[in-house]
Amino acid sequence: MNTKVTIAGVEFQNPIMEASGTFGSGMEYSEFVDLNKLGAVVTKGVANVPWLGNPTPRIAEVKSGMLNAIGLQNPGVEVFCERDLKFLEQYKDAKVVVNVCGHSAEEYIEVVDRLADEKRVDMLEINISCPNVKEGGIAFGQDPKAVEEITRLVKAHAKQPIVMKLSPNVTDIKVMAKAAEAGGADAISLINTLTGMKIDVERQSFVLANKTGGMSGPAVHPIAVRMVYECASTVSIPIIGMGGISTWEDAIEMMLAGATAVSIGTANFYNPTATLDILNGMKEYMERKGIEDINDIIGIVK
Amino acid sequence: MKVKERATVVAQKKLAEGVFSLELETNATKYAVPGQFINIFSNDKSKLLPRPISICEINELNNTLRVVFRVVGEGTTEFSELQAGDTVEILGPLGNGFPLEGEKAIVVGGGIGVPPMLELAKQLKGSVTAVMGYRNDDLFLADEFIDAAADVIIATDDGSVGVHGTVVDAMKENELTADVIYACGPKPMLRGVAQYALEKGIKCYVSMEERMACGVGACLGCVCQAKEVDDHSHVKNKRVCKDGPVFLSTEVEL
Repeated sequence: MNTKVTIAGVEFQNPIMEASGTFGSGMEYSEFVDLNKLGAVVTKGVANVPWLGNPTPRIAEVKSGMLNAIGLQNPGVEVFCERDLKFLEQYKDAKVVVNVCGHSAEEYIEVVDRLADEKRVDMLEINISCPNVKEGGIAFGQDPKAVEEITRLVKAHAKQPIVMKLSPNVTDIKVMAKAAEAGGADAISLINTLTGMKIDVERQSFVLANKTGGMSGPAVHPIAVRMVYECASTVSIPIIGMGGISTWEDAIEMMLAGATAVSIGTANFYNPTATLDILNGMKEYMERKGIEDINDIIGIVK
Repeated sequence: MKVKERATVVAQKKLAEGVFSLELETNATKYAVPGQFINIFSNDKSKLLPRPISICEINELNNTLRVVFRVVGEGTTEFSELQAGDTVEILGPLGNGFPLEGEKAIVVGGGIGVPPMLELAKQLKGSVTAVMGYRNDDLFLADEFIDAAADVIIATDDGSVGVHGTVVDAMKENELTADVIYACGPKPMLRGVAQYALEKGIKCYVSMEERMACGVGACLGCVCQAKEVDDHSHVKNKRVCKDGPVFLSTEVEL
């Protein structure tokens, strides 16, 4: 049985990754799962310098989902290279995808340049879709011209393949996918969180200090499947699919819709072994269905 | 490897209006120390996130942990309805507990901050003064401190029992001194206790609270403001779940 998938020349032992921001750099969850069994560790977004993030409360629960407004708190690329990449040295079987964030094109490029010669970095995921920071982030991801331009700029500097992470908070995600492809992206990943809001009716105030937050969890899964399907029929570059995946069925569904690999996000919070549980379920499905190669199911539902 | 496990409810008891005591049989008991918390998951899968609840008692003999919690929403309502024999998923113990220090200690609990003080008072080697603040005469758990503490001082907001006022008023009135103070309760109370400790030159540990998601230090949802640059993100944010919930009162902004 083959579970290997390839994206932009990088071979992953299986299509299971975890979604940026839900897993740190793997350190905390390495107490629950063997990171070496994952297709890739996708790190939390890293910027050129440390970012403080938003005030608290940063978390709210909603039905079958959650809102977060962390605001990309991170230690900056220097500490990241010295500590997090060093930590990941011991998990050679898993690829490392570094999520990159910035307030401006210059900041993205500074991070990409710093990571260029880091051997442990297999791929870069460019976050142009965070709904919780005012500048950069989603501002780049909601305008096709900006998507194409930032993609082209980053691609010119990057030594690793680049994945553009797209926002679902747009009228037509296909337009953004096409823009990323036109800019030279090696792959796209979607969906980032959907902008949401929760109001406490007793206190008559916002639950999150940031007022709005990114919604994730099982409730957003059908939206993610639809968007992955739409993008798969629009662009020819590979797609990393994510959004509310919590079971093996969800992961298979995402691949049938057109994703070459899948990321597990919020599910880690309520099932720390979600990544490997899902991988095992997928293998059982393949066995039961007589599927020799996982690649044979990618995008077959048209 | 750490695991999420299914714990069995051994006993459930209502202690006061909206305050419940839940005893759970779990292997987490072996590793638990006072001041740590466990994440309890709803059996309703549409409620994704665990509820972090501090450990009130650790009973190694029976392999049980006791938590005492206030009903504040749908999740805790569900927990309050659990009965002996029911099961519930938990993750833990999580976070860092209270370091056991000093010949003479004051443990201070305010409202639903009282429960973690019970196991702490029991495990402290030196003499313990327990100071507890309540809204009214619904003094849940207070009687259980009698065996664990040399002195038990009560303060109530309405003056129905003990000192009329806050725990800090009670500490001032009794001119309490010690080698170390441990406190858990609402932030204004922690601020007052920390100030008292500072004035008297007493070392003070506080247990912090914040809305959490993962509970293991990955998501950065539950940070509190730190006085110094933190080790994780190199800003001035500490993770309540992983770096805390117990901090020195001098290392965090209260």
